[in-house]
Amino acid sequence: MMGDKNLRGWVVMINKELLQISNLVTSFRINGEYYAAVDGVSLSVRENEVFAIVGESGCGKSALALSIMNLHNKINTKIEGNIYFKNKDLLTLRLSELNSIRGRDIGMIFQDPLTALNPLMKIGAQIEESLSFHMSLSREEKQDRAMELLEGVGIPSPALTYEQFPHELSGGMRQRAMIAIALACKPSLVIADEPTTALDVTIQAQILELLKKLQKEMKSGIILITHDLGVVAEMADKVAVMYAGQIVETADVYEIFANPLHPYTRSLLASVPGVSPADSGKERLHVIRGMVPSLLKLNRKGCRFSPRIPWIPLSFHEEEPRYHEVKPGHFVLCSCYKNFKFK
Amino acid sequence: MIKFVCSRRKISRKDAYRGVPESAQIEKGEVRVPLLEVKDLKVHYPIRGGILGRTQDYVKAVDGIAFSIEKGETFGLVGESGSGKSTTGKAIVGLVRSTQGQIFFEGEDITKYIGKNRSPYRRGVQMIFQDAYSSLNPKKRVLDIIGEPLRNFEKLTSGEERKRVDELLDIVGLSPETAVKYPYEFSGGQRQRIGIARAMALKPKLIIADEPVSALDLSVQAQILNFMKDIQQHFKLAYLFVSHDLGVVKHMCTNIAIMHKGRFVEQGSREQIYNNPVHIYTKRLIAAIPDMDPVNRRKTERFRDKVAADYEQRYREYYNSENSVYDLKKIGDSHYVALP
Ligand SMILES: Nc1ncnc2c1ncn2[C@@H]1O[C@H](COP(=O)(O)OP(=O)(O)OP(=O)(O)O)[C@@H](O)[C@H]1O
Ligand SMILES: Nc1ncnc2c1ncn2[C@@H]1O[C@H](COP(=O)(O)OP(=O)(O)OP(=O)(O)O)[C@@H](O)[C@H]1O
Ligand SMILES: [Mg+2]
Ligand SMILES: [Mg+2]
Repeated sequence: MMGDKNLRGWVVMINKELLQISNLVTSFRINGEYYAAVDGVSLSVRENEVFAIVGESGCGKSALALSIMNLHNKINTKIEGNIYFKNKDLLTLRLSELNSIRGRDIGMIFQDPLTALNPLMKIGAQIEESLSFHMSLSREEKQDRAMELLEGVGIPSPALTYEQFPHELSGGMRQRAMIAIALACKPSLVIADEPTTALDVTIQAQILELLKKLQKEMKSGIILITHDLGVVAEMADKVAVMYAGQIVETADVYEIFANPLHPYTRSLLASVPGVSPADSGKERLHVIRGMVPSLLKLNRKGCRFSPRIPWIPLSFHEEEPRYHEVKPGHFVLCSCYKNFKFK
Repeated sequence: MIKFVCSRRKISRKDAYRGVPESAQIEKGEVRVPLLEVKDLKVHYPIRGGILGRTQDYVKAVDGIAFSIEKGETFGLVGESGSGKSTTGKAIVGLVRSTQGQIFFEGEDITKYIGKNRSPYRRGVQMIFQDAYSSLNPKKRVLDIIGEPLRNFEKLTSGEERKRVDELLDIVGLSPETAVKYPYEFSGGQRQRIGIARAMALKPKLIIADEPVSALDLSVQAQILNFMKDIQQHFKLAYLFVSHDLGVVKHMCTNIAIMHKGRFVEQGSREQIYNNPVHIYTKRLIAAIPDMDPVNRRKTERFRDKVAADYEQRYREYYNSENSVYDLKKIGDSHYVALP
């Protein structure tokens, strides 16, 4: 993905990839100046693959997702780089072309369901609208399919919810209704921004099951944005860990859990409570020092994680961090991983 | 002379036994009462309708639960959305009126204090909310937010109050300068600490923590959880810890109740609940916990399928004909399961 080695396969690869993002920079204008929230991200998602993006609040996950759909407000957002979806550059498409892709080829599950649902339309009608994008179905077929979808996302009484407006549903129910809408026309790429964060574990397991089923059935690619490492371990094929707008480490899921290298990845894994079967509640959880810097305060020179691990001498970091391919497909940003120890 | 261990009031023998909960243990001539005891608590919310707004039906948010919390202990309340966890917490701090049942704090029935703001009970029990931001008044400075409970209960000069607020800020790891800032100037984790500082102001013995870390990032969550444990040890605090994150609950709680449809389906120690769940609902909940090792995927999936099939097939053995949860039966030392 990032090293020179991978570029060799580029021409052949490009046809296999469902989505290919290269060097994406998404900047927001704040007080007249642009600040990059996504800062040089490259990744690719294939058919039938779950690509997980993990990282803490503010690292740019949603900004990345919205860039793929080109949904940012044009006035104060600048998007640079390339985003190829089925060999079309989404960033240069005309609005009409883009609209036919949105919601039909690419389904988006938004972090905040209220922004995604139409407040004036009943849930059933919203699902049916999404269904009619793709397939010509009779009224009855549409209704059956809508009920099926509502049941599939774990809505207890589909017939009732079908007739309800978004404001009549609880937060969790709204989230599930939105997932039903996003999946209705069986998109070939699903972007799921924190799809289960607001839900309890049994419903979460059910929704993740549904996503897996869709993926098997349709060979869809899924971009799964989350900060829940358990969800990543269960769902992902590939994982990218983001910090301050950059991917700091990426590898396949087995590798990232068995051999995490970047100090940020290792710190995150050490801060998850109740993981080990032996967690007796006595051990302290790992806390990362300091805070995630805001866009304005972020120092963009050198290793962005260095202020969070001040006991590692600056000489262990690279002045211009680059990606190290430690194993085929496993990339780590900056050389500080080589000498990292927890304090 | 019989003494209440938890309560400092001296009580005569006759008085001592009045209203003493059954769970009170008599040890070496002392009656030991739990810090908090909840007996047969029910909270039914009226559903009003029609032109006259008459009560048409009730939501049985909490429908007969009983438990007790010891001094310095963390008691976990787990369950799916809508199972009645927050309502239980609110009934204990008196934010909602219970329909039935009794709540004892240090052996004293506190139902009589409900609605009375300045009762001694209100000092002893505080609440931290899930959404720190919306529970902090955006127009008030941190000084006034943390100082408010002090003003309600104690007559302090403004100098004394400032000193107490600074001490509290120090306990939660914030600098004294933060006292003059407003909530929007803080990160999520810092706001949650302000909420904790306010809850700590009156030196409570019990804190109801309703999803205190659900909205926070992993590393901030770790910080708050470590911190909650530190102050617990230091001040011998007890927590009623409400969460739907089973990893967090496992890390924090010594005793756990699993709630479903307003009732407890199972109650026991951390080990009993996580290693030996008995009720079909608990089993399903435990099986749904994501496994942090991707190598176990197939195994987890097969296990979940088996538990899900069990749940379908044997549902009727675990819920009565009205689809509600049975009463708890003791099946082992401190392990209770809702069985027919
Ligand atoms: N429209 C905008 N204008 C200005 N700044 C923005 C805008 N949207 C996001 N940001 C900033 O960009 C950064 C990345 O935000 P983003 O929403 O992508 O984070 P995230 O990783 O999705 O976090 P979370 O886990 O909280 O959803 C943050 O610092 C945020 O404050
Ligand atoms: N003020 C109220 N009036 C009427 N019904 C209510 C009220 N508050 C809660 N309920 C209902 O009572 C039930 C229990 O709600 P409660 O908030 O206690 O659940 P919870 O377990 O805390 O759920 P969550 O995990 O979603 O916070 C739900 O069905 C809810 O809709
Ligand atoms: Mg986001
Ligand atoms: Mg609640």
